Amino acid sequence: MTDSALHIPAETARAPRARFWHDLSFWGLLPSRLLMGFALILPIFIIAAVSVATRGAYGGFTWDFNLAGYSQILFNEGWTGELEFTPQYLMIIGRTFLLAGATTLICLLFAVPVAYFISRQPPGRKAALVYLVTLPFWVSMILRVYAWMIILGKDGTLPKLLETLGLPAGMSFMFNDGATLTAMVYTAMPLMVLPVFASIEKLDGTLIEASHDLYGDRWVTLRRVILPLTAPGLTAGAILVFVPSLGAVLEPTLMGGGKQMMMGSLIQLQFGGGRNWPFGAAIAMALMALVMVFLIFTALRAARREATP
Amino acid sequence: MPRSPSSSSYLYAPLAVIVVYSFNANRVAGVWTGFSLKWYGSALNNAALMNALKTSLTVAAIATVVSTLVALSAALAIIRGKDLRFRKLSETVVNLPLLPEIVLAVATLLLFSLLDIQNGMLRLVIAHSAFCTPFAFLPIRARLQGMSLDFEEASADLYADRWTTFRRVTLPLIFPGVFSGAMLAFLISMDDFITSNLLSTGGSTTLPVYIFSLIRAGTSPELNAIATLLILASLVLATVALLVAARAPAKMQNHNHRTIIKERNIK
Repeated sequence: MTDSALHIPAETARAPRARFWHDLSFWGLLPSRLLMGFALILPIFIIAAVSVATRGAYGGFTWDFNLAGYSQILFNEGWTGELEFTPQYLMIIGRTFLLAGATTLICLLFAVPVAYFISRQPPGRKAALVYLVTLPFWVSMILRVYAWMIILGKDGTLPKLLETLGLPAGMSFMFNDGATLTAMVYTAMPLMVLPVFASIEKLDGTLIEASHDLYGDRWVTLRRVILPLTAPGLTAGAILVFVPSLGAVLEPTLMGGGKQMMMGSLIQLQFGGGRNWPFGAAIAMALMALVMVFLIFTALRAARREATP
Repeated sequence: MPRSPSSSSYLYAPLAVIVVYSFNANRVAGVWTGFSLKWYGSALNNAALMNALKTSLTVAAIATVVSTLVALSAALAIIRGKDLRFRKLSETVVNLPLLPEIVLAVATLLLFSLLDIQNGMLRLVIAHSAFCTPFAFLPIRARLQGMSLDFEEASADLYADRWTTFRRVTLPLIFPGVFSGAMLAFLISMDDFITSNLLSTGGSTTLPVYIFSLIRAGTSPELNAIATLLILASLVLATVALLVAARAPAKMQNHNHRTIIKERNIK
């Protein structure tokens, strides 16, 4: 690794380095600790505190302990003060989970063959294709969602196209979960393709040949050889797509319309107009819990995989 | 096996649709009535758009400088610092706990409202600097990790002080990483909608927030022209960034290769 180790004994090589970088640890990390502590960690504590605060009469909140934010997820308080079960927010949580899961799955199903195809190309072409796949990711997220609005919308490309094919005019594909899912898959795709590509490229082709030699058919080879060996890349891609998808705001707001909300757009709504901050904070805590459960689950699976090779 | 052109067209067709419609003379986007550049004219003469662009550029520029400096010093401390307690923890913090952006956005909004920070620009600059830091950090750390300690030790042996070593040896060698880190931070800041939408105030509307308000008002050909110009700008910037990133390791390998050959010759 270090060529100098060949000529210089290790101790003399290490001594000036130790002196040289002394106390860099503290001063070097100070700015990031201040910035991240102030703008990242402190706010997380605040949001936890606000989720159990009392809603103010005109938006905002007061520091009185109150679990109404959490109970509102499940119950609706009637005029007389009794609590009745309302599934509407549970349905939003369920939709969030389903749409984020579907996004991850579709991206995975798309990314694996594309990544496999790219990995089999000659080096120059490979680099060009990776570049082409990455490029749309640099275009602003809101524009990538907007593109689907003008394709699926009332005067959009797809309805006009269907009209010329003789189908009824004025069809709209907007404001439903399918539209939200379409935009989510589109915006998340490059995040999936890259890690999947990185792991498939590292895959040793001789192992696939060996599997064929041992009479493993395509399906067995995929399930017993390719998937286990590329699992870290697939997991990384799944995390990169699933976690931001859980917090999606733009797609459900623009594509789903007012009624097809997800947790992200619900939180945004509670804070946007100063509607109900403790409730918004409680939903945000629920979202964080969901993310944590998923991350812990994938970490445990990865650890188990490493334990039993 | 899917052909790669089909997957590329899936990725590019939606963007192409915007570009095509931006040249449509008709007010209704979906009805083509002829080629026209008039929407570009009205986009460029739109004062609100130019203000939003100015706000976005200002915030992104400051956030890029701040986050790159913070990330650089953190990377130096984590990779080069000796005997670092909490190394793992510090790295996790800089790497940003993987949380949905909306959670951090409302959390920051609460912080600013508790501290009564009403200045929209100040809010945006602080928040953007924070969430851009991890993106600046990753390429810098990767580059620093790939750099041999020999260079810095040689410099120290030649009685260069720390600052000189950093300025004349370390920084030039890790510059491609610093550049791609800064580039990423800039693009992430320019792209941000979720946080900016919650934190911006009347006078500090960023570009994505302004575009969102245009979309909300209904699609218009002027919006398509604005979008086309932005798509073009991001593709150019991305190409530059990716070219720099792609060239950097090759250069480094070349250098190592040459060093090794030279050493062999000496022996």
